[in-house]
Amino acid sequence: MEAFTGLTAIFFAAIFTNNILLTNYLGMCSFLGVSREVKTSIGLGAAVVFTMAFTSALNWLVYYYVLIPMHLGHFRFIVFIIVIAAFVQVVEMIIERVSEPLYNALGIFLPLITVNCAILGVCLFMLIRDYTFAESFIYGFGSGIGWMLAILAMAGIRQNMKRSKVPKGLEGPGITLIIAGIMALAFMGFSGMINI
Amino acid sequence: MSDHHAQAKSSGCGGLCGGKCGSTIQDGVIKNNPIIHQVLGVCSALAVTSKLENALVMGAALVFVTAMSNAFVSLLRHLMPRRIRMIVEVAIIATFVIIFDQFLKAFYWDMSKQLGPYVGLIITNCIVMGRAEAFATQNPPLLSIVDGAANGIGYMIILALIAVFRELLGAGTLLGYTALSTAWYEPNVLLMLAPGAFFTAGFLIWIINALRGRKDV
Repeated sequence: MEAFTGLTAIFFAAIFTNNILLTNYLGMCSFLGVSREVKTSIGLGAAVVFTMAFTSALNWLVYYYVLIPMHLGHFRFIVFIIVIAAFVQVVEMIIERVSEPLYNALGIFLPLITVNCAILGVCLFMLIRDYTFAESFIYGFGSGIGWMLAILAMAGIRQNMKRSKVPKGLEGPGITLIIAGIMALAFMGFSGMINI
Repeated sequence: MSDHHAQAKSSGCGGLCGGKCGSTIQDGVIKNNPIIHQVLGVCSALAVTSKLENALVMGAALVFVTAMSNAFVSLLRHLMPRRIRMIVEVAIIATFVIIFDQFLKAFYWDMSKQLGPYVGLIITNCIVMGRAEAFATQNPPLLSIVDGAANGIGYMIILALIAVFRELLGAGTLLGYTALSTAWYEPNVLLMLAPGAFFTAGFLIWIINALRGRKDV
């Protein structure tokens, strides 16, 4: 029971109080680039949730069962990024075989994900915080959901903003960053609810 | 961009880099500043700028990694099979990130702790990858080093600007020394937190775009 409450705390903390995008600033590149429409954000968000959950679990296994016994801990950066790239490639091939509509929906986003710093960020944070295997998986999953929530909210706002007049120099990334700031301010309201 | 280089006039170390050195530096630092113009590498730009010291170390890391990885990608540019060049580039970049990380851990342990995962995240920093892919695969090694260093410096300048603003108003200090006395200045802690980072970066982009727009007209 205690383990269960611990995992739930990590899950909700990853979504709300320690949102990977709004408090750790990770995954900004694709956040600024792909948040124009709700539909594409859902696709990218779903791909991120999936990849984040499984690569964090996979990298946990690789780190503690391969790298540590071989005393190669300092090679983790390069190994993690290769694991992520390979995982994305394999998933892309499987999806292509299994489901045509799913491939059409997610296919174009998968290559983008390899360079999404949030994925690698989650893998590095889980080491810094000494998570167990289950905790890492839940943390990755929760962070993915948190990222998706943020990009969905931003896409919704930007869709509605199309008709509003934004000062010229502020168009594009400028206004997106400021909206992200206001969102981060709103998410700060959650802080203190859960501590991890 | 290649057109631009073609018209460039020789300056400085012109002989070595085929006369493109000056314009490459200008491009990287000002004209095509990676953060302001291409909005790349924003993640770390926001994360490490709550203190000027961290921002400078991060900037130095990027200068080193971008210059070195550009050099090696450029040296290997005729040998790399096109289909696997991405993974080769990532491997080269990761190697230099690991070198820098080990260096920080060995000599500046506190700094290494403070930067946490963000040093490792240089691997996925789009600036490094972008320069390797867009510049180093098409240009000779020396010019690629110059380009990498110039982009790194451009990144460092923006980071330092954001960090000066955030540290000065957020904590009243600069590089750890008290700049605004707490006797009359109440630090605005919001600037040290996430929203402050987003606001500062957003407004900085606005100011620079506005200044540039006026100059163009």
